[in-house]
Amino acid sequence: MLNCKQATELMSQEQDRPLTLSERIGLRLHVWICIGCDNYRRQMNVLRAACRRFGGWDGH
Amino acid sequence: MEMDRQAELNALRPDLLRFARLQLRDAGAAEDAVQETMLAALLGGHRFESRSSYKTWLISILRNKIIDIIRGQSREITVTSLAADEDGDDMLMESLFDQRGHWQATAQPSRWADPEASFEQQQFWIVFEACLDHLPEKTARVFMMREFLGFETDEICKETGISSSNCWVVLHRARMGLRTCLETRWFAGTGT
Repeated sequence: MLNCKQATELMSQEQDRPLTLSERIGLRLHVWICIGCDNYRRQMNVLRAACRRFGGWDGH
Repeated sequence: MEMDRQAELNALRPDLLRFARLQLRDAGAAEDAVQETMLAALLGGHRFESRSSYKTWLISILRNKIIDIIRGQSREITVTSLAADEDGDDMLMESLFDQRGHWQATAQPSRWADPEASFEQQQFWIVFEACLDHLPEKTARVFMMREFLGFETDEICKETGISSSNCWVVLHRARMGLRTCLETRWFAGTGT
């Protein structure tokens, strides 16, 4: 079973590479029971959206 | 009604310069990139109805200039110089996780309320930039190559000479640092 620290590593890496099946399953199980990591995952998506906006990716 | 393009360009110049400096960490190179961007913008024939769409267009030109500059540089970020960033990052991780690798009670990430509404506020971007500035220098550069300039990690490896696993570690630390800063300095109290 993943701990939160390992889960955050995978949640970062899923922004950069496709996770393996077992990584995806492990992460899904962890996030299912861990509110902190569920929120962390949403935060990763907000970060990416913010960077896109900041870097002028919107619309062009 | 079209904007006064020259005036808009001058007004946006400080923003462009900050964006370039953040990523190049070299005032001279940043200045050159912004000059070239402004020249290209004046020669370009597009029409823009608002300052924000004009700014987005300018930033996208500038982004390409920065990519060219980075690709032209030799390996400047080395593994040894990245190692210097690591002490501070370890301290951050220790403050967030207990020995079993679970969130410390006070560090549990919260739900950020309505990020889109935050993006509309100028104050948010001031905090965002301050948080970027707060990251260790090399960590920030790798992160910005990935997120602002759109490099894939294997390309970052090639340009910086670090391994992909090291690259993932650096990106993870950058994201952890940035979201922790944003949570504390901006989103605290907005969520549930």
